[in-house]
This record gives sequence, structure tokens and C-alpha cells, in this order.
Amino acid sequence: MNRVGGNWLLGLLLPVGLAVGWEVMVDLGWARDHLLPRGSTVIVTLARLAASGELAAHVEATLQRVALGFVFGVLSGTLLGSVTGYWTLARRLFDPTLQALRSIPSIAWVPMFILWFGIFETSKVALIAVGVFFPIYLSLSDAIRGVDRKLVEVGRVFRFSHWEMITCVLLPATLPTYLVALRSGLGLGWMFVVAAEFMGAESGLGFLLVDGQQTGRPAVILGAIVAFAILGKLTDWLLATLSGRLLQWQDSFKPAE
Amino acid sequence: MLDIINVEKRYTNGHLALAGLNLSVAEGEIVAIVGGSGCGKSTLLRLISGLDVPTAGTASLDGTLIRAPRPEIGMVFQEPRLMPWLTIERNVAFGIRHLAAGEQWARVSETLSRVGLATNAHRWPRELSGGQAQRVALARALVGHPRVLLLDEPYSALDALTRSDLQDHLLDLWAYDRPTMILVTHDIEEALFLADRIVVMQPTPGPLRAEVKPALARPRDRLASEFIEWKYRLLAELDRASRRPTGDETFPAANI
Repeated sequence: MNRVGGNWLLGLLLPVGLAVGWEVMVDLGWARDHLLPRGSTVIVTLARLAASGELAAHVEATLQRVALGFVFGVLSGTLLGSVTGYWTLARRLFDPTLQALRSIPSIAWVPMFILWFGIFETSKVALIAVGVFFPIYLSLSDAIRGVDRKLVEVGRVFRFSHWEMITCVLLPATLPTYLVALRSGLGLGWMFVVAAEFMGAESGLGFLLVDGQQTGRPAVILGAIVAFAILGKLTDWLLATLSGRLLQWQDSFKPAE
Repeated sequence: MLDIINVEKRYTNGHLALAGLNLSVAEGEIVAIVGGSGCGKSTLLRLISGLDVPTAGTASLDGTLIRAPRPEIGMVFQEPRLMPWLTIERNVAFGIRHLAAGEQWARVSETLSRVGLATNAHRWPRELSGGQAQRVALARALVGHPRVLLLDEPYSALDALTRSDLQDHLLDLWAYDRPTMILVTHDIEEALFLADRIVVMQPTPGPLRAEVKPALARPRDRLASEFIEWKYRLLAELDRASRRPTGDETFPAANI
């Protein structure tokens, strides 16, 4: 077996071990599964939802919201993070307000977003974008201010314009921090999509969670949670893989096996 | 002709780094600036490069004031300062990014050959030794064919053998289009080996302490008795410069 396959299997050891352990405990009569369904029940429930096409529709709706919110959050976070990182005046102008807004729990915006954007998609995407925005903004703005002055001087010797300085020196220099911020923003995007789908959605994995709770079907709730975990892990893996490719120039520490 | 006239540099924190300093460098001349730590050698180079501006006096190239970095002036820093996310060839292309792609790569490849790193074009900076990285920095400064090349202790972090190799190599590169070269160094032997003229800065801000024009034929031999004799003369001058209190004596205090 190749190394990548081996790593995947090692990562699956804990969740699969716990699921199998729970299954065995319920089978032996040591535990009851009416509140925490066993793994096989969750798999059967997910298979039934998949066969009916319901699961794909919910996954598609959630993915679409996360993707849109992520794109808007990343674009606005990158733009404002770059500007406030590069220009002191912009930092003095925007940063205090943004930091104050950051300290507001994003869920507190839900009533206002519904009022402004309605109950449908826009308010949900806006909420996710707010969640994604802050880690990107904060990390990038601070990382730009921490870029090695010596590299910036090289850009100055070669008479870089402000745009060239940002795109050719500052953003590449902050790439390692930025990519971690993207992963952290994406994680928050997945958290906020649940909150967003709690507010009057008719589809999506968050809706499936609420539906499972209201109809007393814990296996559906757990199925939705498992689907969130799989999708979250997959999208994070995609970003991590992309990071690895983009950061191959780094002379970094190789952890021990 | 590069002219530094009555230059003063005071930083915003009040620290006076340079005062009343004059220096003229002719086209194609190699000048080494020596002096103790903190005497303002690097500050002077930064003023010539346009990275800093003087608080009084002027630095000009052919009569045009230097107020910001200019394409005719290339600079090599103490550390290679390569962009770690760019391959070697892309680092070198940094200096000629406005040229058409074809011309860019032709010049990058020609310059990398001149510094002996043609086969390393696609490698990352982290894969290079200190000496190789400094040669890439030199290639990056030379690729735009600057008329003035400034070197701020470029080889100070390298071992003696690599340093003397790179000094030989620098003269070969200089001979290609003979830019005016101003080198800041702590290394007396390096100054003597490379420079047509060596100027000595005093420890406190003020006029240049002395200038030395070694009467040594090129190519210079570091082991020749004349070279060694000049080295001791220069050392004595440096010693005198560092010990003597700054009075009202004016440049040149000593010419040897």
C-alpha cells in the first residue's frame, strides 16, 4: 500500500474504531441506541437518503452556499487585509471599526441580515461570508505588516509600483499565513452554514439536522453531521493539497515520523 | 559621474549618521568604502541607491539628483535577499520585468551563465549555498546592465575561500560592461584587491578621513609582497582614522 493510502487509513482508525465499538456495545446490550444510533443505522439512513436523491439535493444546496460565502468572504478579506496591511492611513481608518465588528458574535447579525436581504439565499451567503471574512482579513493584514523589510527594499530598488509591491512581494511573502487563514476561514464557513440553514431554509444539511430533530429521527441528525464532517474534511484536504503545492519553495521543518 | 556633495543624514529618531561628506566617483571607477562599524558606510550607500534621501546636501548621477531608486543603479545587499517563492531565473528576471518575455529570458539566461549558474535556473533559493545565492543576487543586479553597481558588504557572511573566488569573479563581471562600482566592506584585503580607490570614513559623522589609491597593477596578487605592503599601509591608515579625534581638519586628512 502506498504512503498516502496508509495515512488515510491511519486517520480513519479513530472514528471507525469508535463507531465499531459503539456498534458492539449496543449489540451486546451494554448500551441503548435510541438517542445515539449505531453506525450501521446511520449508514443505512444515509444510503436511503442518497437513493431517493434527497441527500444530493441537500449537499448541493449547502455546498453552493458555502462556496459562494467563501468566495465573497475571501475576496473582501483579501482586499481589506491587503489595503490595511499596506497603508497605515487605511489601517487607521478601517481597522478599529472592523475589530469592533469582529467582536460581535456573527449569529447576532441574523435578524438584521433577514431584514436586509430576506429569508432566502442572500442572507445565508452573507452570514457565511462574514464568518470567512474575519480570519482572512486579520491574518493577512497582520502578516503583511510582518513581511521582512529587506525583501520590500529589494522591491523598492527595482522601483515596484504599489500594485507590484503588493502582488509580487507582499502577498507571496504572506502566502503561508494566508493559506492557513483560508483553511481556518473555510472551517468557519462550514460552521456558519449550519447557523444560516437554521434560519428558514428548505434545503441543505443544516435543514436536514432541524428536520431530523423536529421529526424525532436521530439517525437523520447523525447522518447530516457525518455528511458535514466528510464534506468539511474533503474541502479542507483540497485546500491543504493546494497549499502543499503552492508552498513547495519553503525551507520548512519536516516533522518526525 | 557620481557626486556626493556635503551630504548629511539625520534619522527621524535624531541619530546623525552622516555629516558634511563629499565624494566624487568617475565613470567606470571601482571605489571601496571602509571604516569601523557604525560609521555610516551603509547609510551612504543607501543614499546613493535612492533608498534613503539626505537631510542636507545632494547625491547626483550626471547632474541629476538621486531622490529615489533609479534603473541605472543596481544594488547587492549584505544578504542575498532572494525571493524564496521564486525560482532562480524568476528572481533574476525581477530586475527586468518590464521587458518582453522573450528578451527577459534571453537576458536572464545570459546573465546566469555569466555568474556560472546556468544549470541552476529552475532551482529554489533554499537549494543554493551562500555563495551561489549571492551570485544570483549579483546576477539580479546586473541583468538590467546598471551604470552604477552598489555592493554593501556582499561577501561578509561567506568563508574566506568562497569570498576570494567571488572577488575574482566580480572583477570578471565588471570587465564585461565596466559599471561604476562602489563597494562597502570591512575586509581590507577585499578593498585592496578590488578597488581603484579606497576611501576611509571616520568613526563619527564628518568628512572622509582619507583616501588611498593603491599603486598595484591588475590583476592583483593577494600574496605579492607589494599587495601585503599596501595592506599594512591601509591598516595603519584605518587605525589612525579610528583613533584620531575628529577635529576641524578637512578632507583629505591623508592621501597615500
